Amino acid sequence: MNLTLKIWRQKNASDKGKMVDYKVDDISPDMSFLEMLDVLNEQLINKDDAPIAFDHDCREGICGMCSLYINGEAHGPDRGVTTCQLHMRMFNDGDTIYIEPFRASAFPVVKDLIVDRSSFDRIQHAGGFISVNTSGNTIDANAIPIEKHDADTAFEAATCIGCGACVASCKNSSAMLFVGAKVSQFALLPQGKVEATDRVLNMVKQMDEEGFGNCTNTGACEVECPKGISLENIARMNREYLKASLKG
Amino acid sequence: MSGILNSSIGRKVAMALSAFFLMIFLLQHFAINILSVFSPDTFNEVSHFMGTFWVIQYVLQPVLIFGVVFHFVMGFILELKNTKSRQVSYAKNNGGANSSWMSRNMIWSGLAILAFIGLHFYDFWFPEINTKFIVGDMSGLIDPNTADSGFRYFEELQHKFHSHVRTIIYVIAFIFLALHLLHGFNSAFQSVGANNKYTKGLQGFGKVYAILIPLGFIFIAVFHHLKHVLS
Repeated sequence: MNLTLKIWRQKNASDKGKMVDYKVDDISPDMSFLEMLDVLNEQLINKDDAPIAFDHDCREGICGMCSLYINGEAHGPDRGVTTCQLHMRMFNDGDTIYIEPFRASAFPVVKDLIVDRSSFDRIQHAGGFISVNTSGNTIDANAIPIEKHDADTAFEAATCIGCGACVASCKNSSAMLFVGAKVSQFALLPQGKVEATDRVLNMVKQMDEEGFGNCTNTGACEVECPKGISLENIARMNREYLKASLKG
Repeated sequence: MSGILNSSIGRKVAMALSAFFLMIFLLQHFAINILSVFSPDTFNEVSHFMGTFWVIQYVLQPVLIFGVVFHFVMGFILELKNTKSRQVSYAKNNGGANSSWMSRNMIWSGLAILAFIGLHFYDFWFPEINTKFIVGDMSGLIDPNTADSGFRYFEELQHKFHSHVRTIIYVIAFIFLALHLLHGFNSAFQSVGANNKYTKGLQGFGKVYAILIPLGFIFIAVFHHLKHVLS
């Protein structure tokens, strides 16, 4: 496959940045999208040009580092995948492909296609945990019986990898699917109920302080989420938040 | 409780609650207006009751106006904040791949409805307030000096739809209302946390509501217009 790539180049966080055109030839349809970028970077290095900076770690769909907006969609046109799981067979020979970093004020661009998603970390620090004594006498979590449905739903919420595709896809740059998933995974389990009130209040407060937008229920986040996190998690977070606000 | 109205979730819940109120009002407004098609006398009597009963005039009407103003003002505030949350736009964005046009353009359908409300107030509400509270005529009669002249409400309604242009504007506005409701109805339930086993059924009901109510209003406007044109 021969392709034209329109890629966002930005030297550093304070640079204005612009789209730059590149050509890549002889791309195998079986390559992953990141492997295609590797090929392009080899070409650039051989020509003494600066390679394109992009984030990647596991390359098996669980690190959530890639942060690429491809042809107008987070992680490209395929569903339920991250960029490393996106194959070039999803494109046609001769295509022009737009590659941009995830855009949100709360996800500032560091360089080229790399964005700073530490706002998610700060939201997690605000309450995305349970306080358990780990000094040697930790109680086995399986000692507490949990209804199958709740365990499964909590697990589904916990599969969120915090990639930020929800924020990138949302027209408002809302982080509510991410926060909803993190609130839900604990709210559904007895271990999480102890700190439920503070958790949801603090996480939502931090989310708002980070400058994410307001959810208007377009559902784009759910469609683009590589892990299929459901909008039910946002509704659950809303209920938890209202309950917590009335309580405290 | 303190920070709830300043939080993103608190604001969207407030938007949803005002939306519920407005959707109930819309249903009631339609139920009364459709009477003008089937029974002008009943329409006149119900209109007179609505226009003179103190609970409706002095309690519910101010609440309704507050609800409308609140919904629009909060909508604009949220839109402004949302715009700020992405200061650099995508060079290519394929919004249609993951969300409906209605859900992405609530601000525009809302602005169209706001413009229509301006016209609707000019047509009906301001003259009504003028007649009742400035002129001081609470009789609801065509000629307040003639007791058997009959109520004026049906006559006024019919008269407004003599104009082609006004009728077309009303029809277009109701199409925008349908587009707004097609997303807004179910969005309001999601905002208050109602996403459960009844959601699918509710979504179906929401679509029926969002299409039938505006279609009913279109029918009323077109009915009175054609009645005039064909008479």
